[in-house]
Parts: sequence; C-alpha cells; structure tokens
Amino acid sequence: MPNVIYAGQAVSVSDDGFFTDPSQWTEEMAPEIARAEGIGQLTELHWQVIKFMRHEYQEKGTGPTVRVLGKTSGVSIKELYQLFPKGPAKTAAKVAGIPKPRGCI
Amino acid sequence: MKQILILGGGTGGTLVANRLRRELARHDAEITVVDQDDQHVYQPGLLFVPFGRADPDEITRPRHRQLHAGIAFRRAAIERVDLGSRTVLLADGTVLHYDVLVIATGARLVPEETEGLDASAWPERVHTFYTPAGAVALKDALAAFEGGRIVVNIIDMPIKCPVAPIEFSFLADWYFTRRGLRERVDITLVTPLDGAFTKAVCNRELSGLLADKRINVVTEFNTGEVVGAGADGAGRLVSFDGREVAFDLAVVIPLHAGQAYVNRSPGLGDDLGFVPTDERTLQSKTRPEVFVIGDAADIRTSKAGSVAHFEGEILVRNILHFLAGEPTEPAFDGHTNCFIESGFGKALLIDFNYEVEPLTGHFPSRFGLPLLKESRLNHAGKLAFQWIYWHALLPGRDLPGVGSAMPERGKAGLPANGTAATTIAAGHSRAG
Repeated sequence: MPNVIYAGQAVSVSDDGFFTDPSQWTEEMAPEIARAEGIGQLTELHWQVIKFMRHEYQEKGTGPTVRVLGKTSGVSIKELYQLFPKGPAKTAAKVAGIPKPRGCI
Repeated sequence: MKQILILGGGTGGTLVANRLRRELARHDAEITVVDQDDQHVYQPGLLFVPFGRADPDEITRPRHRQLHAGIAFRRAAIERVDLGSRTVLLADGTVLHYDVLVIATGARLVPEETEGLDASAWPERVHTFYTPAGAVALKDALAAFEGGRIVVNIIDMPIKCPVAPIEFSFLADWYFTRRGLRERVDITLVTPLDGAFTKAVCNRELSGLLADKRINVVTEFNTGEVVGAGADGAGRLVSFDGREVAFDLAVVIPLHAGQAYVNRSPGLGDDLGFVPTDERTLQSKTRPEVFVIGDAADIRTSKAGSVAHFEGEILVRNILHFLAGEPTEPAFDGHTNCFIESGFGKALLIDFNYEVEPLTGHFPSRFGLPLLKESRLNHAGKLAFQWIYWHALLPGRDLPGVGSAMPERGKAGLPANGTAATTIAAGHSRAG
C-alpha cells in the first residue's frame, strides 16, 4: 500500500490514490489532493460536498453515489459535475479522504 | 399480548413471520403481515423470463399461502408509520398498533426519476426485466431482434441483485449464439461503477469471462437521460457528463428507492426512502422497537434474497431479546451468497460478507460447490434453488450445513483454522 505526503504528513492510499484510513485526513490536505485532481480552487460548495462525503462514509460505511449526492448534499447533479468534472462520486471521495465508493462484487 | 407487525410479505417479511411464529406462543404474541398485493414473485426467476426459460406464472404464488398458521395477513396499502404513537395507518383508514415493527417492504423501481423514462410509456426499444410485465415484453423484443446493438444499463446503485445485469449479458450471449445470430449482435454493459466487477478477486477471476463472451463494458457512466429512436432509428443513453451510448435495444435497470410510505413517515427513512439500520443488530437507527430486513434497509450489503435469509436468524433472535428486555446482539456479518448464471448451462457462485470479499474455494466447506468458477453443478444449484426458496427458505428454515455467518472453511486466502483474518484488499476501515 503506497504512502503519499499531504500537508507534510504521510498517509496511506490504495493503488488508485484513495485514502485507506480516513482518520488520517485533515482539512489542510484537501486543497492539495484537489489540485492533483485538476481542481484549482476549493469553493464553499466544494466544501459542502466534501463534508457531506465524510458524513455519509461515517454513517453508512461507504461513500455516496452521484444520485445520493444530487439528492441530499444540497448541490445539484449539474453543479456537482461543474465542481468535480472528472466524476463527482469518485473525485470528491478522493478529496474528502474516504475510500473509493465500492460495488458489492 | 405483544403485537408484532411486519410490513411487507416478500422474502424477508415471510421468513421472519414464520420464524417468529415458531418461537412465540400464540397467547404471547400476535403476528400480522401487511402487503399491498397477494402475489409473491420469486424474483431471481425474472432473469430467465426474457429468454423463454421461465414463465411469470411459474414464479408467482399467493403471499398468504407462504405464511404459517397463526399469522394474520392483511392485504392493504400502507399510508404511513407513526413512530411516536407506534401505529401504522393503512390506506383504508385502519390503524394498527405495534410493540415491535419489522420493515420488510423492499425496494421499488422509480424509473420516472430518470429523464426519458418519466412518461407512462417508455421510449421504444427500452425495456427492463425487473418486473414480470417488463420481462415478458422484453422476451417478445428479443425474439424479434435480428441484429444490432444491445445495451444493458444500470442507471445507478443501489439495485436489487447487482449481478443480474451481468447475468443478463451472459445469457444474451448464449441466446443469440443458439439462434445463430451472435455475430450480428453487439452486447455492451453500461455501468456507473468503474468496472463490471469492483472487487479484486472477482475482477481477476471473472473479467476473462466478459472478454471471452465478447461483452463490451462502458464504465463510470451515470445515465442522465434515455432517448428513444431518433432520426437514424437508434436510441441513446446520455450521461450527466455528456457521453453517449447508442443502442438498438436497451435493457435498463431503473433507479431504485424504498417504498413511498417511508417518505411519508417522519423520522423513518432517508432521502431515497430506505431505512437507516444498524448493520449488525438490524434495528432501525431511530427506534429500538423497529427492525429492518432485506432491501428496505440502507445497509451496505447487496440487495439480495440470500441476505434477507441470513439476516432472518439474527433478526428473530434480536426481536426475542428486545421483547425480553435484553440487549440485542450485534451479530449480523453481512453474509451474502449469489449464484451468477453464465450461460451454456453453467453458473458461478460467490460468497462474501462485510469483511471478506468473494474468494475462490468451495462453499460451504471444502466439499461443496465451487466458488468463483463456472460449473454445471452451480447452474443446477441455481435452478434447484427455486424449490429451496419455496420449501425451506420462506418457511424460515436454516439450510443444511449453512449457518447465518459466512463460512470460512473451504476458502482460499483465509487461515485454515477458519478464524477471520483477511480484510478487503483495498482497505476499508470502519468509522466509529
């Protein structure tokens, strides 16, 4: 399991760059991860989604789908794709320091 | 006299009612099951209807006939649950009081939440096999199909039976091969996930099957709109980020939600109408006297009948604990077991839980059915399963040699002494 350094701290990530231990994430790391994903600046709306991702992971044990994000995060699907162009469910999970939203099989 | 009220007479509701009736004396508890209809469909059979291998009549039986003596069945629609007064209001105005409530109302299809599927009639050449009527219509469409692009699309998760779209693709390959048309048919699985299989061992063992059967896979596709036949006669799926997949026949698995009454019941469900549930005790997160089984829950298991079966044993024990004023056991391990029909008389079997991903080996022990491997034995198992469903699972019996907890003996990658050690390879640490 590779290690990367965000905000001066080593964190362990999966082969495709998702946090394997969400408790290692701090808010300071988010802008760095976002930049690596091609997102220049984190706005209020970005943070709303990031907080929602972590809350969902806490409650349900897995990150939310695009549909749940669109319904419950307070940010519409259209806006989500503007904030996280490469796919909101995956990208926001990475920036929020939670594991990749997973299928069952 | 305690009132046990079970909403939903499907797989979970029926097996819980039957198990509880055996445990509780009639003078101690009244058990009532409520459902809006009296047609219990063996849903795994729907996969075979489009290929002429099953008839809706063969897979449907009256709900009330699956309930043992001493269980009341009320055929009624549910208006809402009032958690505060512990009552359920039925559409006919009846108010039912409960001491223990079991939510077993499953998941419903909400195609109307996807643009293009929101009219009373779907666009031409767009079908689903997730309802009996849909499966029959699809059978006619497949029989008339002489060539072109077939897409099988999961609009988004969660869905009942996540493997069914893959099985459909496998069976379509077999079906058109038998008809001598396979060269003229293009089969593409379109999924919002980043692979047909997302778990490492499944991916390793099974991706070859998709390639061998020449099934294309389009991934990370979140369908925003389904467009029917246009100027060139083809329909297309359009994703939220503007990608398109054209089709001549689309088999869609629509969005799923909990039943509508959940949204009308303050404090009961989440935005999708599923009920937030403790994934180990199976109690609702808002009320200890409310239990949840099967597809109606928001827990991170697959939505599958086998899950309801494995949950049943734990759920009933916990209801008994609750009635006795004892603490409930956080005992459910997320055990799921699925046959995957792969066509040509073969099937695979997978078995997993919250902690352990599908592994190779045998189930339930070293001398059982092969796991993650095509075999005719597994196919026979899948077909035999319908008998087991009506005669053992619904009556609330344990299956011989198979307990609720996922077996570890016979699996590759777990210690031989059978103690759980392997965690899912990608790493999943539970919060809290």
